[in-house]
Amino acid sequence: MELSSGSPGRVVAIAASSGGVAALGEVLRALPADYPWPVIVLLHNSDAYPGSRLDQLLGRACALPVREAEARLPLAAGIVYLAPAGYHLLVEQDLRFALSVDQKVAYVRPSADVLFDSLADACGAAAVGVILTGSNEDGAAGLTAIRARGGLAIVQDPSEAQAPQMPEAALRLASAEVLDLAGIGVRLAALPGAPA
Amino acid sequence: MAEGDAEEREILAFVQALKRLHGYDFSQYAPASFKRRLRALRARCGADSIAGLGRRLEREPAFLRQVLSGLSVPVSEMFRDPWVFQALRRDVLPVLASYPRIHIWQAGCAHGEEVYSLAILLQEEGLYDKSQIFATDFNDVALEEAAEGIYPAASARTYAENYLQAGGRGSLSQYFHARYERIKFEESLKRNITFAGHNLGTDGVFAEVQLILCRNVLIYFNDTLQDRVLRLFRDSLVHKGFLCLGAKETLARTPVERDFECFDAQARIYRRGSA
Repeated sequence: MELSSGSPGRVVAIAASSGGVAALGEVLRALPADYPWPVIVLLHNSDAYPGSRLDQLLGRACALPVREAEARLPLAAGIVYLAPAGYHLLVEQDLRFALSVDQKVAYVRPSADVLFDSLADACGAAAVGVILTGSNEDGAAGLTAIRARGGLAIVQDPSEAQAPQMPEAALRLASAEVLDLAGIGVRLAALPGAPA
Repeated sequence: MAEGDAEEREILAFVQALKRLHGYDFSQYAPASFKRRLRALRARCGADSIAGLGRRLEREPAFLRQVLSGLSVPVSEMFRDPWVFQALRRDVLPVLASYPRIHIWQAGCAHGEEVYSLAILLQEEGLYDKSQIFATDFNDVALEEAAEGIYPAASARTYAENYLQAGGRGSLSQYFHARYERIKFEESLKRNITFAGHNLGTDGVFAEVQLILCRNVLIYFNDTLQDRVLRLFRDSLVHKGFLCLGAKETLARTPVERDFECFDAQARIYRRGSA
């Protein structure tokens, strides 16, 4: 796979639910301003933050520009994309975003299962799926799909997660690296320089 | 990877079979969500593969109905994104009121939730008797359901809340009858709605209208089909006619961008310019 920069790269997708804003902030803070890959962030109920818009909230925590993902736009390196509230977010084979209002999956829309499944199809082994705190089971099946295509799976240590259910569900289904939030930030930041 | 490629081939063969056997063409749908629906359909039918779905379609024509309801119709709700209907009521309908006859096209009406929302809006603004709504879809199964106007009672509460947020002047329950687990909208709401088959992929302009509603349909199309449909909309609108898209759909970066001006950015309402 090649990203728009022309260099081989990966796509990182991070999903979180309850307790997710703080957790996402801590992970994104670790990424340098010259991060060479796109980062997709999916937070359930992100419309529950009126007045303090999530892009601004995360943008303050993070050296990378934070934007809402738009249908048909190509994924670009070094940008944090937010899944819009109320829509499923998918990645097409040509590495552009797509949206759908199909029914909820795992009781949520956007669903990490939908995003991760599409990422597994589009990126194969170049996909990186990350599951953080959350009190449902969304993302477990999607993370399994990413692993099945040879991608990398990282799950927040349930014992430190504000809501452990989502990490626990993911670990029941998929083999993954288990790290605390600080460790996830370090791992993602170091990944571009690590041998493939 | 080999597994993925095999699935891609099966999807392609299925799409070709659906077109050859029944004339339904999904080849210009955005692939990722289409694939997801097809996989869900496969799981629901207990087929072992997408090729298995294709074989069933070959030998069992009645299977088409299940395929269509699985593939082409997203679930909607009445007055979805209430602020959009509020903007239509507040800013668009007063303009339409100046026409002797109002023609509206709801393109891709699916199960009809938005058609009835629109009819209620027009009724409450005193415009319904001079209005004609063309509600079209290429899916005959969806059109039948839309024409029935029956929805699960469990949805009524959300619909009623949306209705009030959209500036409803009464109570939504005055427009439907609740029975068992269902609500059914009044027959009289249908009096100026024409439900008709129209395929956005192949059919052309059929009427000149002042307002087109097409929300959360284009997100399912690839670029080629989206651009075709947008040209069709442009050519179907009167000068200064309105186009209302879904909350995450845009004319930006499309071939018709210059033919429209933005009328309400948040509600995604555009207005046909003179170009």
